[in-house]
Amino acid sequence: MGLRALAVLLTLTLATILYLSRLEDFRIFVPGLAQGALMTLRITAAAAVLAVLAAITAGLLKLYGPAPLRWLAVAYIEVFRGTSALVQLFWLYFVLPGFGITIEAYTAAVIGIGLNIGAYGAEVVRGAVVSVARGQWEATVALNMTRAQALRRIILPQAFAAMIPPWGNLLIELLKTTALVSMITLGDLAFRAQQMNQTTMKTAQIFTLVLLVYLAMSLTVTLGMRLLERRAARGILHARAA
Amino acid sequence: MWDWAFTLEILPALARAAVITVEVTILGFLIALTLGLALAVCRIALPWTRLPISLLVELIRSTPLLIQIFFLYFVGPSFGLTLDAMTTGVLAVGVHYATYCSEVYRAGFESVPRGQWEASVALNLGRATTLRDVIIPQAIPPVVPALGNYLVALFKETPLLSAIAVLELMQTAKIIGSQTFRYTEPITLVGLFFLAMSLVSAWAIRRVEAGINRRYRR
Amino acid sequence: MSEPPMVSFENVTKRYGSLTVLDGLNLTISRGEKVAIIGPSGSGKTTVLRMLMTLETIDGGVIRVEGEPLTHTERQGRLVPANLAHIRKVRAKIGMVFQSFNLFPHMTALHNCMEAPVKVLGLSRAEAEARAADLLEMVGLSNRRDYYPSQLSGGQQQRVAIARALAMRPRVMLFDEVTSALDPELVGEVLQVIRKLGEEHDLTMLMVTHQMGFAREFADRVCFFYEGRICEEGEPKAFFQNPQNERSRQFLRAVLEAG
Repeated sequence: MGLRALAVLLTLTLATILYLSRLEDFRIFVPGLAQGALMTLRITAAAAVLAVLAAITAGLLKLYGPAPLRWLAVAYIEVFRGTSALVQLFWLYFVLPGFGITIEAYTAAVIGIGLNIGAYGAEVVRGAVVSVARGQWEATVALNMTRAQALRRIILPQAFAAMIPPWGNLLIELLKTTALVSMITLGDLAFRAQQMNQTTMKTAQIFTLVLLVYLAMSLTVTLGMRLLERRAARGILHARAA
Repeated sequence: MWDWAFTLEILPALARAAVITVEVTILGFLIALTLGLALAVCRIALPWTRLPISLLVELIRSTPLLIQIFFLYFVGPSFGLTLDAMTTGVLAVGVHYATYCSEVYRAGFESVPRGQWEASVALNLGRATTLRDVIIPQAIPPVVPALGNYLVALFKETPLLSAIAVLELMQTAKIIGSQTFRYTEPITLVGLFFLAMSLVSAWAIRRVEAGINRRYRR
Repeated sequence: MSEPPMVSFENVTKRYGSLTVLDGLNLTISRGEKVAIIGPSGSGKTTVLRMLMTLETIDGGVIRVEGEPLTHTERQGRLVPANLAHIRKVRAKIGMVFQSFNLFPHMTALHNCMEAPVKVLGLSRAEAEARAADLLEMVGLSNRRDYYPSQLSGGQQQRVAIARALAMRPRVMLFDEVTSALDPELVGEVLQVIRKLGEEHDLTMLMVTHQMGFAREFADRVCFFYEGRICEEGEPKAFFQNPQNERSRQFLRAVLEAG
């Protein structure tokens, strides 16, 4: 979808949410769902920061790390990509206490989701670094740069532009994954929806509203990443040299 | 910390649940494959469906599968659509991943050179025939690995069905945990099962990919 | 004791798997000498430059720069593989220009020429900028210093690449088919810069080229490579007028026919 179509869709979604939230049938749900949405946003933001840090660390270690750290990175990536996000959340929340480590639901949620998406992100980072043309590395050798200089000044800035679109998809995945935290008792959007569903039985109204709120959040993320992509294409990276 | 006797005790129950997980995966993915192809073909064959389909795809891909499962399960009945939990789960993951698969197919169609359509026109083949006999056979093989990745992704999302009490692996592990107050073994075992299956599938997909690259080298 | 040659390849061998690309190469280049390397594709001529730039490892023999082994150190009379610090020290004497330019796409022409002098040589930004500006003027691109590579023509990009390499003040410049990726009408401006460089500086130059006319007029010596060996070498005039070897004759005939 183009930028303009996304913007139109986002406006329509927001307008619909606004319209529905004024109707008698929906109004009572607004405060509760707003609280839930706030929790969803908090978890999304914190987990996104963790995911990006974990992805860059693990991605670069897998490529250039010394042997033991490289294995650690590979193990992290495989375990978190290979098991289910929900299993990881349950493990952090229910199993870790059995080993004497008890963490709050919120912490478990941020760590679980952040590390889960970070493992996928590590492959994105790795792929983007590898995709930088070999000639760029060769030029840094010919200019006698160190590997660290080459990576920091030449390779990563170019890889960054290639990373933005896949990161856009990953952030959407992250946002969607936060719905799972309702299953470890955190009061996010999905949790509030179930709660109110049980007490009011106005199922259709509640879930329609919740779907629209998630849609608005996703569209905002997508739109933001598209704008970032365009900026990177224009400002930082003028179409690659031959 | 880890009780082997307990592990052995719960293994049969988990094995039975694993069968359900695999069933859900296979049935859900069959829906995803066929519905996804139907969506992709519709977009090509019937231009007016493009906008509604891309809206639908955007809507489904932008919202959590968990909410979609709830929607189908709780809201369905008020529209006269009453399904049992298992059917709801299969349908929800199937439709959710159909949107991902349709994008994969679309990329496959776009990778077929325009000249193939033009040659088919030159041979006076009909649109349907062209699609069936010329385009689809070329579009699908290159995207098989991408479809395989979504099979694995779908498989890893089946634990969500525990939210509507489908007796798959996660739900069974949760029940064992709440009855015995021991979560360590059941949840770790579920994790290991997913890890093992994912690693095996990743290896299988790489093999298939290598095979396809050999046959359809471009 | 006479001073050592600028560059010497001593019995250098390079293999890719079972394929021998260079077979016991011996080649000595004196200070200030301009050497053109020609030959059919796959003859190993680009590999010579890439080994000297340490972009390829060598499987046998030794390369010396001003007498000092490039990827080895002498220890008790024996050559052992050198550490990176040694390689970087020797490599600093060498600069290279690539067929595909390899400019940094996220930096302007000026910043392309400043990056390594600041980061590697430790120049201040002001010094590096002055040096870069001089060199961009030398290659005739003063008015393009704030352009990004994608905003420049191929010929202009390649001239920036030459300035970028010169900013490191190398003693030896390597030119690897620097005009092969250019549209025909842009070849001249790049060759013009190289010619000027040869007249004004006492640089040692090694170039792999398909421009026979340029090799003939510019080089002090021509080396014709065939299947990983130097088949024939000599003064350009003699080589082009009267090649001695059957392979060289065939090659020159084929090149001339192609126009």
